[in-house]
Amino acid sequence: MPARQIELEVMRYDPEKDEAPWFQQYSVPCQEDWAILDALNYVKDNLDTTLSYRWSCHMMVCGSCGMMVNGEPSLTCKTFIRDLSGKIRVEPLENFPIERDLVVVLDDVLQKLQQVQPYIIRKNDPPPEGIEYRQSRAALAKFKQLTMCINCMCCYSACPQYGLDSNFMGPAALALAHRYNLDSRDQGKSQRLNIVADHDGVWECSFVGACSEVCPKSVDPAAAIQQMKIDGAMEYWKQKPGFPGGEP
Amino acid sequence: MTIAKKAVVWILFAAGGTLTAFVYPALIVLFLLVASGNVPEGLRYEQIHTFAASWPGKATLFVVVFLSLWHAAHRLRVVAHDFGIRKDKLVANAVYLVAATGTVLTAIYLLLIS
Amino acid sequence: MSRRPFVRTMSKTTWYMRNGRYKVYMLREVTSLLVGYYTFLVIFALAALSADSPDLWNGFLAAQQSPVMTALHGFALLYFLFFQTFPWFKLAPKAMPVQIGEKKLPGGYIVIGHYVAWAVVSAFIFWLAGVV
Repeated sequence: MPARQIELEVMRYDPEKDEAPWFQQYSVPCQEDWAILDALNYVKDNLDTTLSYRWSCHMMVCGSCGMMVNGEPSLTCKTFIRDLSGKIRVEPLENFPIERDLVVVLDDVLQKLQQVQPYIIRKNDPPPEGIEYRQSRAALAKFKQLTMCINCMCCYSACPQYGLDSNFMGPAALALAHRYNLDSRDQGKSQRLNIVADHDGVWECSFVGACSEVCPKSVDPAAAIQQMKIDGAMEYWKQKPGFPGGEP
Repeated sequence: MTIAKKAVVWILFAAGGTLTAFVYPALIVLFLLVASGNVPEGLRYEQIHTFAASWPGKATLFVVVFLSLWHAAHRLRVVAHDFGIRKDKLVANAVYLVAATGTVLTAIYLLLIS
Repeated sequence: MSRRPFVRTMSKTTWYMRNGRYKVYMLREVTSLLVGYYTFLVIFALAALSADSPDLWNGFLAAQQSPVMTALHGFALLYFLFFQTFPWFKLAPKAMPVQIGEKKLPGGYIVIGHYVAWAVVSAFIFWLAGVV
Protein backbone atom coordinates (compact mmCIF):
# COMPACT_ATOMS: atom_id res chain seq x y z
CA MET A 1 0.00 0.00 0.00
CA PRO A 2 1.91 3.12 -1.16
CA ALA A 3 2.08 5.95 1.38
CA ARG A 4 2.16 8.64 -1.28
CA GLN A 5 1.85 8.93 -5.04
CA ILE A 6 4.72 11.20 -6.15
CA GLU A 7 4.79 13.14 -9.41
CA LEU A 8 8.38 13.25 -10.68
CA GLU A 9 9.59 15.60 -13.37
CA VAL A 10 12.86 14.16 -14.63
CA MET A 11 15.24 15.69 -17.14
CA ARG A 12 15.98 13.41 -20.09
CA TYR A 13 18.63 13.69 -22.75
CA ASP A 14 19.61 11.13 -25.35
CA PRO A 15 22.70 12.37 -27.23
CA GLU A 16 21.82 10.25 -30.23
CA LYS A 17 18.21 11.39 -30.51
CA ASP A 18 17.67 14.71 -28.73
CA GLU A 19 18.69 18.20 -29.77
CA ALA A 20 18.25 19.45 -26.22
CA PRO A 21 17.19 18.09 -22.81
CA TRP A 22 13.49 17.78 -22.04
CA PHE A 23 11.36 16.78 -19.02
CA GLN A 24 9.56 13.47 -18.64
CA GLN A 25 6.78 12.98 -16.08
CA TYR A 26 6.56 9.85 -13.96
CA SER A 27 3.94 8.94 -11.35
CA VAL A 28 5.58 6.84 -8.64
CA PRO A 29 3.93 5.03 -5.68
CA CYS A 30 6.28 5.69 -2.77
CA GLN A 31 6.73 4.39 0.77
CA GLU A 32 6.90 6.81 3.73
CA ASP A 33 10.62 6.50 4.23
CA TRP A 34 11.72 6.59 0.60
CA ALA A 35 14.43 8.82 -0.73
CA ILE A 36 14.38 10.27 -4.24
CA LEU A 37 16.83 7.55 -5.22
CA ASP A 38 14.25 4.91 -4.30
CA ALA A 39 11.72 6.65 -6.53
CA LEU A 40 14.23 6.71 -9.41
CA ASN A 41 14.97 3.03 -8.89
CA TYR A 42 11.24 2.32 -9.02
CA VAL A 43 11.04 4.21 -12.32
CA LYS A 44 13.96 2.24 -13.74
CA ASP A 45 12.60 -1.10 -12.56
CA ASN A 46 8.93 -0.64 -13.40
CA LEU A 47 8.22 2.31 -15.63
CA ASP A 48 11.15 3.17 -17.87
CA THR A 49 14.30 1.10 -18.16
CA THR A 50 15.92 3.68 -20.42
CA LEU A 51 16.46 6.20 -17.59
CA SER A 52 20.21 6.58 -16.88
CA TYR A 53 21.63 7.80 -13.58
CA ARG A 54 24.53 7.11 -11.23
CA TRP A 55 24.15 5.60 -7.78
CA SER A 56 25.83 3.03 -5.61
CA CYS A 57 25.90 2.83 -1.82
CA HIS A 58 22.54 4.40 -0.99
CA MET A 59 24.05 5.57 2.31
CA MET A 60 25.80 8.91 1.66
CA VAL A 61 29.35 7.62 1.47
CA CYS A 62 30.07 6.99 -2.20
CA GLY A 63 29.12 10.37 -3.66
CA SER A 64 27.62 8.87 -6.86
CA CYS A 65 24.00 10.00 -6.70
CA GLY A 66 24.38 13.79 -6.71
CA MET A 67 21.59 15.50 -8.67
CA MET A 68 19.50 18.69 -8.61
CA VAL A 69 16.29 18.10 -6.65
CA ASN A 70 13.93 21.08 -6.98
CA GLY A 71 16.92 23.20 -7.95
CA GLU A 72 19.08 22.22 -4.99
CA PRO A 73 22.23 20.11 -5.45
CA SER A 74 21.64 17.06 -3.30
CA LEU A 75 22.45 13.42 -2.81
CA THR A 76 19.28 11.65 -3.95
CA CYS A 77 19.86 8.94 -1.34
CA LYS A 78 19.79 11.62 1.35
CA THR A 79 16.79 13.58 0.05
CA PHE A 80 13.58 12.15 1.45
CA ILE A 81 10.14 12.48 -0.08
CA ARG A 82 8.70 13.18 3.39
CA ASP A 83 10.59 16.50 3.31
CA LEU A 84 9.22 17.52 -0.08
CA SER A 85 5.77 18.36 -1.37
CA GLY A 86 4.16 18.78 -4.75
CA LYS A 87 5.87 17.87 -7.99
CA ILE A 88 9.53 16.94 -7.57
CA ARG A 89 11.94 18.07 -10.26
CA VAL A 90 15.06 15.99 -10.74
CA GLU A 91 17.85 17.28 -12.99
CA PRO A 92 21.50 16.45 -13.55
CA LEU A 93 24.03 18.38 -11.43
CA GLU A 94 24.22 22.01 -12.50
CA ASN A 95 27.38 23.47 -14.07
CA PHE A 96 28.39 20.17 -15.67
CA PRO A 97 27.79 19.03 -19.27
CA ILE A 98 25.09 16.40 -19.52
CA GLU A 99 26.31 13.06 -20.80
CA ARG A 100 22.90 11.37 -20.87
CA ASP A 101 19.74 11.81 -18.78
CA LEU A 102 20.92 12.41 -15.21
CA VAL A 103 24.55 11.51 -15.85
CA VAL A 104 27.03 14.39 -16.06
CA VAL A 105 30.58 14.69 -17.40
CA LEU A 106 32.93 14.96 -14.42
CA ASP A 107 36.26 14.95 -16.26
CA ASP A 108 36.98 18.57 -15.36
CA VAL A 109 36.72 18.13 -11.59
CA LEU A 110 38.58 14.82 -11.67
CA GLN A 111 41.47 16.64 -13.33
CA LYS A 112 41.28 19.45 -10.78
CA LEU A 113 41.40 17.03 -7.85
CA GLN A 114 44.67 15.67 -9.17
CA GLN A 115 46.05 19.10 -9.93
CA VAL A 116 46.34 20.14 -6.28
CA GLN A 117 48.87 17.39 -5.42
CA PRO A 118 46.58 15.57 -2.96
CA TYR A 119 49.21 13.40 -1.28
CA ILE A 120 51.75 13.66 1.52
CA ILE A 121 54.79 15.53 0.26
CA ARG A 122 57.99 15.01 2.23
CA LYS A 123 61.19 16.99 1.80
CA ASN A 124 63.39 14.04 2.68
CA ASP A 125 62.28 11.00 0.73
CA PRO A 126 62.25 8.06 1.28
CA PRO A 127 61.41 7.87 5.01
CA PRO A 128 63.73 5.85 7.26
CA GLU A 129 63.06 2.09 7.34
CA GLY A 130 60.53 0.98 9.93
CA ILE A 131 59.65 4.52 11.04
CA GLU A 132 55.99 5.47 10.96
CA TYR A 133 54.72 9.07 10.90
CA ARG A 134 53.15 9.54 14.31
CA GLN A 135 50.19 11.84 14.51
CA SER A 136 48.38 12.87 17.66
CA ARG A 137 44.61 12.96 17.85
CA ALA A 138 44.78 16.74 18.13
CA ALA A 139 46.81 16.94 14.92
CA LEU A 140 44.27 14.72 13.18
CA ALA A 141 41.40 16.83 14.47
CA LYS A 142 42.87 19.81 12.63
CA PHE A 143 42.01 18.41 9.22
CA LYS A 144 39.67 15.48 9.84
CA GLN A 145 36.57 17.37 8.74
CA LEU A 146 38.17 17.94 5.33
CA THR A 147 38.79 14.23 4.84
CA MET A 148 35.04 13.63 4.85
CA CYS A 149 34.64 14.73 1.23
CA ILE A 150 33.04 12.00 -0.87
CA ASN A 151 33.58 13.81 -4.17
CA CYS A 152 29.87 14.10 -4.89
CA MET A 153 30.50 17.48 -6.60
CA CYS A 154 27.34 19.07 -5.21
CA CYS A 155 29.58 21.96 -4.18
CA TYR A 156 30.56 22.64 -7.81
CA SER A 157 26.89 22.75 -8.72
CA ALA A 158 26.20 25.25 -6.00
CA CYS A 159 29.19 27.46 -6.77
CA PRO A 160 28.19 30.35 -9.06
CA GLN A 161 31.82 31.28 -9.71
CA TYR A 162 32.47 27.82 -11.15
CA GLY A 163 29.27 28.21 -13.16
CA LEU A 164 30.45 31.54 -14.54
CA ASP A 165 33.99 30.35 -15.25
CA SER A 166 34.84 26.64 -15.20
CA ASN A 167 38.54 27.46 -15.06
CA PHE A 168 38.04 28.04 -11.33
CA MET A 169 39.55 25.17 -9.37
CA GLY A 170 36.43 24.94 -7.26
CA PRO A 171 35.46 23.97 -3.70
CA ALA A 172 36.25 20.24 -3.52
CA ALA A 173 39.70 20.50 -5.12
CA LEU A 174 40.64 23.45 -2.91
CA ALA A 175 39.30 21.80 0.24
CA LEU A 176 41.36 18.75 -0.67
CA ALA A 177 44.49 20.89 -0.99
CA HIS A 178 43.83 22.41 2.43
CA ARG A 179 43.35 18.90 3.89
CA TYR A 180 46.95 18.15 2.99
CA ASN A 181 48.25 21.57 4.00
CA LEU A 182 46.84 20.98 7.48
CA ASP A 183 48.16 17.43 7.75
CA SER A 184 51.08 17.38 10.22
CA ARG A 185 52.81 14.65 8.19
CA ASP A 186 52.90 16.86 5.08
CA GLN A 187 55.76 19.21 4.21
CA GLY A 188 54.43 20.44 0.88
CA LYS A 189 52.37 23.46 1.94
CA SER A 190 54.42 26.05 0.01
CA GLN A 191 54.43 23.89 -3.08
CA ARG A 192 50.69 23.35 -2.89
CA LEU A 193 49.98 27.02 -2.20
CA ASN A 194 51.87 27.92 -5.37
CA ILE A 195 49.23 25.91 -7.22
CA VAL A 196 46.06 26.89 -5.40
CA ALA A 197 46.98 30.55 -4.92
CA ASP A 198 47.82 30.99 -8.58
CA HIS A 199 45.27 32.26 -11.08
CA ASP A 200 42.00 30.32 -11.17
CA GLY A 201 42.66 29.25 -7.58
CA VAL A 202 41.48 30.60 -4.25
CA TRP A 203 41.29 34.23 -5.42
CA GLU A 204 38.40 33.44 -7.77
CA CYS A 205 36.26 32.51 -4.78
CA SER A 206 34.04 35.37 -3.64
CA PHE A 207 32.82 33.58 -0.49
CA VAL A 208 29.25 33.03 -1.63
CA GLY A 209 29.29 30.09 0.78
CA ALA A 210 26.77 28.01 -1.17
CA CYS A 211 29.23 25.13 -1.41
CA SER A 212 29.36 24.65 2.35
CA GLU A 213 25.60 24.97 2.62
CA VAL A 214 24.91 22.11 0.20
CA CYS A 215 27.74 19.81 1.24
CA PRO A 216 26.13 16.58 2.50
CA LYS A 217 29.18 15.74 4.64
CA SER A 218 29.69 19.15 6.28
CA VAL A 219 33.20 19.48 4.90
CA ASP A 220 32.87 23.29 4.81
CA PRO A 221 34.99 23.96 1.70
CA ALA A 222 34.21 27.68 1.95
CA ALA A 223 36.07 27.87 5.27
CA ALA A 224 39.00 25.91 3.81
CA ILE A 225 39.27 28.35 0.91
CA GLN A 226 39.21 31.44 3.14
CA GLN A 227 41.94 29.94 5.31
CA MET A 228 44.01 29.26 2.20
CA LYS A 229 43.56 32.84 1.05
CA ILE A 230 45.20 33.92 4.29
CA ASP A 231 47.88 31.23 3.92
CA GLY A 232 48.43 32.22 0.32
CA ALA A 233 48.74 35.91 1.21
CA MET A 234 51.33 35.15 3.90
CA GLU A 235 53.18 32.76 1.59
CA TYR A 236 53.30 35.48 -1.07
CA TRP A 237 55.34 37.71 1.22
CA LYS A 238 57.43 34.81 2.58
CA GLN A 239 58.59 34.11 -0.96
CA LYS A 240 59.80 37.64 -1.49
CA PRO A 241 63.58 37.71 -1.02
CA GLY A 242 64.73 39.05 2.29
CA PHE A 243 61.32 38.75 3.94
CA PRO A 244 61.43 37.29 7.47
CA GLY A 245 60.08 33.79 7.88
CA GLY A 246 60.85 32.74 4.35
CA GLU A 247 63.19 30.09 3.07
CA PRO A 248 66.71 31.24 2.24
CA MET B 1 52.99 27.96 -10.86
CA THR B 2 53.37 30.78 -8.41
CA ILE B 3 51.22 32.83 -6.09
CA ALA B 4 49.25 35.37 -8.08
CA LYS B 5 49.65 39.10 -7.42
CA LYS B 6 45.96 39.07 -6.58
CA ALA B 7 47.15 38.09 -3.09
CA VAL B 8 48.20 41.69 -2.43
CA VAL B 9 44.87 43.18 -3.42
CA TRP B 10 43.09 40.51 -1.42
CA ILE B 11 44.97 41.45 1.76
CA LEU B 12 43.84 45.06 1.32
CA PHE B 13 40.31 43.88 0.59
CA ALA B 14 40.19 41.67 3.70
CA ALA B 15 41.72 44.29 5.98
CA GLY B 16 39.39 46.92 4.55
CA GLY B 17 36.38 44.68 4.99
CA THR B 18 37.20 44.02 8.61
CA LEU B 19 37.84 47.70 9.26
CA THR B 20 34.68 48.93 7.53
CA ALA B 21 32.56 46.30 9.30
CA PHE B 22 33.75 47.67 12.65
CA VAL B 23 34.05 51.40 11.90
CA TYR B 24 31.51 52.34 9.26
CA PRO B 25 28.28 51.90 11.23
CA ALA B 26 29.51 54.52 13.71
CA LEU B 27 30.72 56.68 10.82
CA ILE B 28 27.33 56.56 9.11
CA VAL B 29 25.72 57.52 12.42
CA LEU B 30 27.96 60.60 12.50
CA PHE B 31 26.78 61.59 9.01
CA LEU B 32 23.22 60.93 10.11
CA LEU B 33 23.64 63.26 13.08
CA VAL B 34 25.09 66.01 10.89
CA ALA B 35 22.33 65.57 8.31
CA SER B 36 19.65 65.86 10.98
CA GLY B 37 21.21 69.06 12.31
CA ASN B 38 22.72 67.63 15.48
CA VAL B 39 26.40 68.26 14.81
CA PRO B 40 28.39 66.52 17.57
CA GLU B 41 30.95 68.57 19.51
CA GLY B 42 33.92 66.72 18.07
CA LEU B 43 32.94 67.66 14.51
CA ARG B 44 32.98 71.39 15.15
CA TYR B 45 35.77 73.10 13.24
CA GLU B 46 38.26 73.57 16.09
CA GLN B 47 38.00 70.01 17.39
CA ILE B 48 38.04 68.17 14.08
CA HIS B 49 40.76 70.44 12.75
CA THR B 50 42.95 69.75 15.77
CA PHE B 51 42.38 66.02 15.40
CA ALA B 52 43.17 66.02 11.68
CA ALA B 53 46.23 68.21 12.23
CA SER B 54 47.73 65.82 14.79
CA TRP B 55 49.90 62.98 13.57
CA PRO B 56 47.84 60.24 15.26
CA GLY B 57 44.75 61.81 13.71
CA LYS B 58 46.32 61.95 10.25
CA ALA B 59 47.52 58.37 10.52
CA THR B 60 44.10 57.11 11.64
CA LEU B 61 42.21 58.97 8.94
CA PHE B 62 44.65 57.84 6.24
CA VAL B 63 44.51 54.18 7.22
CA VAL B 64 40.70 54.21 7.41
CA VAL B 65 40.29 55.88 4.01
CA PHE B 66 43.08 53.86 2.35
CA LEU B 67 41.78 50.44 3.40
CA SER B 68 38.16 51.37 2.69
CA LEU B 69 39.04 52.61 -0.80
CA TRP B 70 40.88 49.42 -1.76
CA HIS B 71 38.23 47.21 -0.17
CA ALA B 72 35.48 48.91 -2.16
CA ALA B 73 37.58 48.88 -5.34
CA HIS B 74 38.36 45.18 -5.26
CA ARG B 75 34.82 44.27 -4.26
CA LEU B 76 33.38 46.38 -7.08
CA ARG B 77 35.65 44.51 -9.47
CA VAL B 78 34.10 41.23 -8.30
CA VAL B 79 30.57 42.71 -8.35
CA ALA B 80 31.06 43.84 -11.94
CA HIS B 81 32.15 40.31 -12.82
CA ASP B 82 29.11 38.88 -11.00
CA PHE B 83 26.79 41.22 -12.89
CA GLY B 84 28.15 39.97 -16.19
CA ILE B 85 30.71 42.64 -17.03
CA ARG B 86 33.47 40.27 -18.06
CA LYS B 87 36.19 42.70 -19.17
CA ASP B 88 38.08 42.00 -15.96
CA LYS B 89 41.37 43.72 -16.85
CA LEU B 90 39.53 46.88 -17.86
CA VAL B 91 37.37 46.92 -14.74
CA ALA B 92 40.34 46.15 -12.49
CA ASN B 93 42.40 48.98 -13.91
CA ALA B 94 39.47 51.37 -13.62
CA VAL B 95 38.61 50.62 -10.00
CA TYR B 96 42.21 50.45 -8.83
CA LEU B 97 42.92 53.75 -10.59
CA VAL B 98 40.05 55.37 -8.71
CA ALA B 99 41.32 53.88 -5.44
CA ALA B 100 44.85 55.12 -6.16
CA THR B 101 43.54 58.58 -6.98
CA GLY B 102 41.54 58.63 -3.76
CA THR B 103 44.62 57.53 -1.83
CA VAL B 104 46.76 60.31 -3.30
CA LEU B 105 44.07 62.95 -2.74
CA THR B 106 43.64 61.86 0.88
CA ALA B 107 47.37 62.08 1.48
CA ILE B 108 47.49 65.56 -0.03
CA TYR B 109 44.52 66.86 1.94
CA LEU B 110 45.86 65.40 5.18
CA LEU B 111 49.25 66.97 4.62
CA LEU B 112 47.61 70.32 3.91
CA ILE B 113 45.78 70.35 7.23
CA SER B 114 48.05 72.02 9.72
CA MET C 1 27.26 4.95 -29.40
CA SER C 2 28.43 8.53 -29.90
CA ARG C 3 28.95 11.09 -27.17
CA ARG C 4 27.46 14.54 -27.51
CA PRO C 5 27.48 16.17 -24.08
CA PHE C 6 24.98 18.98 -23.69
CA VAL C 7 26.23 22.15 -22.05
CA ARG C 8 23.59 24.11 -20.15
CA THR C 9 24.33 27.81 -20.21
CA MET C 10 24.04 30.11 -17.23
CA SER C 11 23.03 33.72 -17.71
CA LYS C 12 26.05 35.84 -16.84
CA THR C 13 23.82 38.77 -15.86
CA THR C 14 20.85 37.22 -14.06
CA TRP C 15 22.13 33.95 -12.57
CA TYR C 16 21.68 35.27 -9.03
CA MET C 17 17.91 35.44 -9.45
CA ARG C 18 17.86 31.64 -9.47
CA ASN C 19 17.54 31.23 -5.71
CA GLY C 20 17.40 33.12 -2.41
CA ARG C 21 20.94 32.23 -1.43
CA TYR C 22 22.40 33.95 -4.50
CA LYS C 23 20.14 36.99 -4.13
CA VAL C 24 21.30 37.53 -0.54
CA TYR C 25 24.92 37.21 -1.71
CA MET C 26 24.44 39.96 -4.33
CA LEU C 27 22.71 42.21 -1.78
CA ARG C 28 25.73 41.67 0.45
CA GLU C 29 28.23 42.47 -2.27
CA VAL C 30 26.62 45.75 -3.30
CA THR C 31 27.43 47.15 0.15
CA SER C 32 30.73 47.91 -1.57
CA LEU C 33 28.88 50.79 -3.25
CA LEU C 34 27.99 52.13 0.19
CA VAL C 35 31.59 51.80 1.33
CA GLY C 36 32.73 53.69 -1.77
CA TYR C 37 30.12 56.41 -1.26
CA TYR C 38 30.96 57.09 2.39
CA THR C 39 34.68 56.89 1.76
CA PHE C 40 34.39 59.62 -0.85
CA LEU C 41 32.23 61.67 1.51
CA VAL C 42 35.09 61.45 4.03
CA ILE C 43 37.63 62.49 1.37
CA PHE C 44 35.31 65.38 0.47
CA ALA C 45 35.22 66.36 4.13
CA LEU C 46 39.02 66.22 4.29
CA ALA C 47 39.19 68.45 1.23
CA ALA C 48 36.90 70.96 2.95
CA LEU C 49 38.99 70.74 6.12
CA SER C 50 42.23 71.28 4.23
CA ALA C 51 41.09 74.76 3.19
CA ASP C 52 41.81 75.87 6.76
CA SER C 53 38.63 77.90 6.81
CA PRO C 54 36.01 77.57 9.55
CA ASP C 55 33.41 79.11 7.25
CA LEU C 56 34.05 76.56 4.52
CA TRP C 57 33.82 73.71 7.03
CA ASN C 58 30.58 75.01 8.51
CA GLY C 59 29.28 75.46 5.01
CA PHE C 60 30.13 71.85 4.28
CA LEU C 61 28.31 70.71 7.44
CA ALA C 62 25.30 72.87 6.56
CA ALA C 63 25.20 71.44 3.05
CA GLN C 64 24.92 67.94 4.55
CA GLN C 65 21.74 68.92 6.38
CA SER C 66 18.48 67.72 4.90
CA PRO C 67 15.64 65.39 5.86
CA VAL C 68 16.19 63.37 2.68
CA MET C 69 19.87 62.85 3.52
CA THR C 70 18.93 61.92 7.10
CA ALA C 71 16.57 59.25 5.83
CA LEU C 72 19.13 57.97 3.34
CA HIS C 73 21.80 57.74 6.03
CA GLY C 74 19.34 55.87 8.23
CA PHE C 75 18.60 53.41 5.45
CA ALA C 76 22.30 53.07 4.64
CA LEU C 77 23.06 52.38 8.29
CA LEU C 78 20.53 49.56 8.53
CA TYR C 79 21.51 48.09 5.15
CA PHE C 80 25.18 48.21 6.06
CA LEU C 81 24.58 46.57 9.43
CA PHE C 82 22.51 43.72 8.04
CA PHE C 83 24.43 43.11 4.83
CA GLN C 84 28.03 43.90 5.73
CA THR C 85 28.81 44.07 9.47
CA PHE C 86 26.61 41.21 10.73
CA PRO C 87 27.44 38.81 7.84
CA TRP C 88 31.15 39.65 8.16
CA PHE C 89 31.08 38.78 11.86
CA LYS C 90 29.09 35.60 11.20
CA LEU C 91 31.64 34.39 8.63
CA ALA C 92 34.71 35.33 10.72
CA PRO C 93 35.02 31.94 12.50
CA LYS C 94 35.38 30.23 9.12
CA ALA C 95 38.51 32.18 8.30
CA MET C 96 40.05 31.84 11.76
CA PRO C 97 39.31 28.44 13.32
CA VAL C 98 40.60 28.02 16.86
CA GLN C 99 41.43 24.55 18.09
CA ILE C 100 41.85 23.76 21.76
CA GLY C 101 43.21 20.25 22.23
CA GLU C 102 41.12 18.02 20.03
CA LYS C 103 38.06 20.24 19.99
CA LYS C 104 37.31 23.21 17.82
CA LEU C 105 36.23 26.36 19.64
CA PRO C 106 32.57 26.93 18.80
CA GLY C 107 32.31 29.74 16.28
CA GLY C 108 29.86 31.54 18.53
CA TYR C 109 32.64 32.71 20.83
CA ILE C 110 34.52 34.31 17.95
CA VAL C 111 31.34 35.99 16.74
CA ILE C 112 30.57 37.35 20.21
CA GLY C 113 34.15 38.58 20.45
CA HIS C 114 33.59 40.54 17.24
CA TYR C 115 30.41 42.13 18.56
CA VAL C 116 32.15 43.16 21.78
CA ALA C 117 35.06 44.67 19.84
CA TRP C 118 32.57 46.44 17.58
CA ALA C 119 30.79 47.97 20.57
CA VAL C 120 34.13 49.15 21.97
CA VAL C 121 35.28 50.64 18.65
CA SER C 122 31.94 52.38 18.08
CA ALA C 123 31.95 53.77 21.62
CA PHE C 124 35.48 55.07 21.07
CA ILE C 125 34.49 56.78 17.81
CA PHE C 126 31.45 58.36 19.45
CA TRP C 127 33.61 59.54 22.35
CA LEU C 128 36.17 61.02 19.93
CA ALA C 129 33.42 62.78 18.01
CA GLY C 130 31.92 64.12 21.18
CA VAL C 131 28.64 62.31 20.73
CA VAL C 132 28.89 60.84 24.21
